[in-house]
Amino acid sequence: MDGTTDRFTGFVRRAHDAGHLVVQPRMGFGELHRMRAGLRAVRDADATTVGTVTLDSYTRCHEDGAALRALRERPADLNGFPLLAHGVPAVRTLLQEVASAGFPVQIRHGTPRPVRLLRAMAEAGADATEGGPVSYCLPYGRVPLARAVAEWSAGCELLAARPVPPHLETFGGCMLGQLCPPSLLVALSVLEAVFFREHGLRGISLSYAQQVHPGQDLEALAALRRLADERLSGTAHHLVLYTFMGVFPRTGRGSRRLLADSARLAVRGGAERLVVKTPAEAHRIPTVGENVAALAHAARAAEAEAESAAEAAAGSAEGAARWSPTESGLYEEARRLVDAVLEPGGSVGACLLRAFARGILDVPYCLHPDNANRSRATIDATGALGWSRAGGMPVAPAPTAAAAPVTAGQLTELLGFNRRRYDGRSPDAPYGRAS
Amino acid sequence: MNGMISTTRRLRTLVSGLSSDAHMWNLVYLQLLLEERGHQVSNLGSTTPDAEILRACRTERPDLLVISSVNGHGRLDGLRLIRALRAVPALRGLPVVIGGKLGIDGRDHAGAAAAHLTAAGYDAVFDDAAEGGPDAGLLRFETFLADLADPAGGRSGTRRAAGPGAAA
Repeated sequence: MDGTTDRFTGFVRRAHDAGHLVVQPRMGFGELHRMRAGLRAVRDADATTVGTVTLDSYTRCHEDGAALRALRERPADLNGFPLLAHGVPAVRTLLQEVASAGFPVQIRHGTPRPVRLLRAMAEAGADATEGGPVSYCLPYGRVPLARAVAEWSAGCELLAARPVPPHLETFGGCMLGQLCPPSLLVALSVLEAVFFREHGLRGISLSYAQQVHPGQDLEALAALRRLADERLSGTAHHLVLYTFMGVFPRTGRGSRRLLADSARLAVRGGAERLVVKTPAEAHRIPTVGENVAALAHAARAAEAEAESAAEAAAGSAEGAARWSPTESGLYEEARRLVDAVLEPGGSVGACLLRAFARGILDVPYCLHPDNANRSRATIDATGALGWSRAGGMPVAPAPTAAAAPVTAGQLTELLGFNRRRYDGRSPDAPYGRAS
Repeated sequence: MNGMISTTRRLRTLVSGLSSDAHMWNLVYLQLLLEERGHQVSNLGSTTPDAEILRACRTERPDLLVISSVNGHGRLDGLRLIRALRAVPALRGLPVVIGGKLGIDGRDHAGAAAAHLTAAGYDAVFDDAAEGGPDAGLLRFETFLADLADPAGGRSGTRRAAGPGAAA
C-alpha cells in the first residue's frame, strides 16, 4: 500500500484479506453529539465496520437556509447530518475524534451538483464518499444530466487533487432502488467507475443492490467483477453490495431474513463490503441501536456463510437452485451496454450524455426529463428481473414479456415482491408459489 | 358504480414530489393510478422546487394538485409549499392534497400534523402514520378523488366542487 492510498480502500482490502466482510450502516443525525455517538456505536459494534455520515436532504438539495433553520429550531426532525450548516471545522473535529485507519468514515449524500459538498467533505477529512454523474442525477429530480456530468467531472478532479484522494463509490448499481434489470445496474456502475478513473481517482468501489433473485444477483456480481477487472486496470477497486433498497418486509423476521440473505449474497458473490438496512426500515428512520443490531446480524450471517460455503443455502433443493448463479448472459448484456455507450469515443461524460439522449441507456420508470423512459422492467416466471420493453437499448426483452402496460396495482405487486416473499413463509419458493 | 358514470369528469391533475424529496416510485404509482381512473396526469417528478410547482399550477391550470412525499420532511416542506401556494390569488381555490410518509417519527403526532397542514390550506392530508396506515390513506384518497370528479355522486357529500376557477 503506497502513501497515497486512502484509508477506506486500505481498510476494506485488509479486512477482505483477513476473511471479513466489511459492513456499514446508513446513518445520519442532525446534531453533532448524536452523530458522534452513532459513529462510535458503529465503530464498537460486534462486526468489521466502517462509519457512515448520511447528509440530510436539505443539504443535498443546497437548501442551506432550511438546513440551518432546522438545525437551530428542530434538529431532531432532520433526516440526516447537515454538513454545511455545522461547518467544516466542526465536522473536521468530529472526524478526527472518531475516524481512523481502523475505522474510516464515508460521507453519503445524493446530489447531482456535488462540487461544494465534495470540497467541504475533503476539507473536513472524509475518507470516502459516493455517487456519480448518472446515479446521483436521474433518480434525484430535475437537474439536467449535462450539468451533473460537468459538476461531477469538476468534483472528481477536486478530490483527485488532494494529497490523499478520498475513496469514491459508484451509486450506479442502485438505480431507483429496485425494479431495474441487473445488466443495466452493472453497466452503469462500471461506466461511473470508468468516469471516476478518467478524472483521476484510483480508490474506487462499484455498487450493486440486491434485487429479487439470488441466482441472478450472483450472476450480476460476477459480471460486475469481470467488467471492473477488465475496464479499471490501475485502480484499487472493490465491490459493495447493498441490502435490498426497495419496499422492505414489514415483519422483523422477514427483514432479518432479507438482511441475512444479502450478507450471504455478498460472501458468495465475492463483494468486499455490504451496506445494510434494518428491520425498522419499513416504518421509519432506524435508531443507532437498530443499526448496530443489523450490522451484527449481517456479520453473523456472513461468517456462517463463509464457514459453510459448500452447504446448500436454504437447506432445500429449491433453495439451493435459487442460490446458484443463473446463466442468462448478463455479463454479455452489460458489456454490450458499456460498449454501445463508449463506442463513439471521447470523454466518458460526453458518451453518457449521448447515450441517454439516444435511449441507448434508459432507466425503466425513471421520470427525469433526460431519461427516455421508454424501457420497462418486470419480474418473470422464474422470479428474476427482466425487460418487458427494451426501448432503444441493445438488450433483449423476454420473449414472453407482457405487451400490456403495467397498471398501478401490478406496479405495487412488483415493488412488493420481496416484502410478500420474506414476510411469507418461504422466500426461496419460486415466483407464484410463495405462501 | 355501474351505470352511474354520467357526471364523472376527467380531471387534469398535477403530481409532484417536494423540493427535498428524491423518491420517485410513489410518483410513478400515483400517475398510473390516476390514469387508470381516467384522469390526465402531468408528473413533475421528484425534488421539485416550490417555484416550479407554483409555475406549473399557474400555466397548466390543473383541477387537482397531488403532493406525495416519503422522506420524512413532508410536514415541514409541505407546509412551506402550501403557504406559498395559497398566497397566490389565482391558486387559492385549487384543490391540493398531500400524502405519504410525512414525518420521521412513526405514528406520533400524525393527527396534529394533519390538522396543521389542513389549517394551512391543504384540502386533505393522507399521512401513512395516521390511523389505518398507508392502505387507509389510499382509500381516503380514492374517495376524495371520486368526489372531486363526480361532485353529484354523493359518496361523502362533504366536498364542494372546487376547481381553479372557484376563487380565481
